[in-house]
Amino acid sequence: MKYVDEFRDPEKARMLVAEINTITEQLGITQQRPLQLMEFCGGHTHTIFRYGIEQMLPKAIELIHGPGCPVCVLPMGRVDDCVTLAERPNVIFTTFGDAMRVPGSKKSLLQAKADGADIRMVYSPLDALNLARKHQEKEVIFFALGFETTMPSTALTVLQAEQDNINNFSLFCNHITTVPTIKAILDSPDMKIDGFLAPGHVSMVVGARPFDFVAETYEKPIVVTGFEPLDILQSIWMLLKQLSEKRHDVENQYARIVPENGNEPAMDALTKVFELREFFEWRGLGSIDHSGVKMRDAYAAYDAEQKFTVPNLKIADPKSCQCGEVLKGVIRPWECKVFGTQCNPETPMGALMVSTEGACAAYYNFGNLNELLQKKEAVNA
Amino acid sequence: MSSQTTINLRQRSGKCNADTITMAHGSGGKAMRDLIDDVFVSTFDNPELNKLEDQARFELNTLSALGDRLAMTTDSYVVDPLFFPGGDIGKLAVTGTVNDLAVGGAKPLYLTCAMIIEEGMSVDDLRTIAASMRQTADLAGVKIVTGDTKVVPRGAADKLFINTAGVGIIPAGINIGTDRALAGDVVVINGYIGDHGAAIVDARGDMALQNTIETDCQPLNSLITAMLEVCSDIHCMRDATRGGIATVLNEFAQSSNVCIRLKETAIPMRDEVRGMCEILGLDPLYLANEGKVVAIIPAHAADKVIEVMRAHPDGRYSTIIAEVTEKPEARVILSTLFGGERIVDMLVGEQLPRIC
Repeated sequence: MKYVDEFRDPEKARMLVAEINTITEQLGITQQRPLQLMEFCGGHTHTIFRYGIEQMLPKAIELIHGPGCPVCVLPMGRVDDCVTLAERPNVIFTTFGDAMRVPGSKKSLLQAKADGADIRMVYSPLDALNLARKHQEKEVIFFALGFETTMPSTALTVLQAEQDNINNFSLFCNHITTVPTIKAILDSPDMKIDGFLAPGHVSMVVGARPFDFVAETYEKPIVVTGFEPLDILQSIWMLLKQLSEKRHDVENQYARIVPENGNEPAMDALTKVFELREFFEWRGLGSIDHSGVKMRDAYAAYDAEQKFTVPNLKIADPKSCQCGEVLKGVIRPWECKVFGTQCNPETPMGALMVSTEGACAAYYNFGNLNELLQKKEAVNA
Repeated sequence: MSSQTTINLRQRSGKCNADTITMAHGSGGKAMRDLIDDVFVSTFDNPELNKLEDQARFELNTLSALGDRLAMTTDSYVVDPLFFPGGDIGKLAVTGTVNDLAVGGAKPLYLTCAMIIEEGMSVDDLRTIAASMRQTADLAGVKIVTGDTKVVPRGAADKLFINTAGVGIIPAGINIGTDRALAGDVVVINGYIGDHGAAIVDARGDMALQNTIETDCQPLNSLITAMLEVCSDIHCMRDATRGGIATVLNEFAQSSNVCIRLKETAIPMRDEVRGMCEILGLDPLYLANEGKVVAIIPAHAADKVIEVMRAHPDGRYSTIIAEVTEKPEARVILSTLFGGERIVDMLVGEQLPRIC
């Protein structure tokens, strides 16, 4: 398949892995003190597991799977709010597919649907707007979710609704931002990460410049990375190259998609509709300042949170859950106390087990579970 | 015997003149009889059915001449939409049950057909579906010999649900079981994976994709007969329907306590299906098929089996996709086209499209 197979060429992969091996040896990194590289984005985590990239890398390189899966980091309280909105009479609640399964404190959207709420899966916010056009007697609420990648399409949908004078459409806004979250990870005292793969599709919108602080203030190398397996390998190689040359720069591996300064019309749309929240609650990481956006007052008519009341209760993560430590690379997923036992994809306790893009779910689904559980026992013994 | 039995039908032969199904068509009265006569009996038309007794009757001697075991299966069909590229619920209801018999090595013979119809369903659509069932039954060499019709109020069902049960005969000497895979065996499939699942996603129209994917829905009994003729010792065989080939292979690996090593580059897949999976973030290994047989056979028989499969119209793209090894037990492992490896597990819940 054109434009896909070129980025999955096993021969090129072998060449890159050989280069990665050479630099790793030159750097003198060992399995005892491995090099930790974090891919922030859940899309990267998915590629890494789908193609088995971890096993191709030298053992001295450890990939830390970051919090960039918007479905995983959604706190239970917000899911409860979704259920409350969805269960209102005369509401059609629309959502992306993988948000359906996220557990709230009482139920997921999937369960609420089974209990009778009119919840529909859509592929784009524009599908939700079309439903609002078709069902003028009902309120159509779109569960707006995701990082800067999905924000422009939500913002443009609101602008479209305004232009077309559609009044039975609103957003339940749960968009979150990348930069404050990376900063929160970098600020945490137990953080040991040596370099970052920056999210490619977020960067397509915001550009590469917002990551300058990682290189300048925190002196860590960072590479904006694409989502094909060769993209990931090449970016790892670029990070190693920076480390071996004792540099810490922002580099753009995904230049075929990511313009240095981002996408201006997209940025205009999202700044027009959204503004930063003072703080936003993350599953696994807790509250992070300025890490979420809400709708500006000018668009209050399209804001489900202002149009209707939601309980907005804070529900604490289960105590035994160690997602925060996994996210920061302090422990590996299988070293968590509840991994694979109380916490599994059928009954996820923590953020990272919720979606297949979460690190724990990925290990559970794609890793050798028995082997991991043995390793876990060995660590805890 | 058969020449006499058709007369009964001709004597009854009611006509259904309604455009849509109403509750009256399920009431047990004349409207129901007319519907059954006009839409189902006249379409399925065979001696066993036409007697219109409460049960179909078979000569045991005739059955036992075909083999030494009776095989029986049932399945319900609830697809939305009822008509999709390359097929419809009727075709599906016959092939699904025929295939469930055939993968056990049985020669499928007779099917039942129970219809649960939502009030308001178009009678023309029902006729089209019945005709499709007859056509598929003829193709598979089976007869629909008994049935049932129920009508439920609007909203109590989604247009039409069909249940078919089937019986067939397993010839002596054939022993297919999910627990029989051995290290050294190979896994064969009769062509492209995921066509049915992709065609259904496409037909629902949610994605507004321009596509040409058709369901692979087809009876597999003729192909399987050809396979058994050159290799009566097929170890395991299933049709990979819901849950895709990943689910079937996991069932084999777990029941036989072996490892199945899949090669991603060997798995036949259409570019259109791959493209759709890439866009939606779906894994084609879990996409439904309705005309794909996955069989585990001894390696020494592989060449012969693949040869007869490829010579058959339903198996033109047959190929070996995996081999069986001892360890790690009860696992399916995929060698990715990129050179890595990953475990292919059973799916938890439904496959949902990814957000970004």
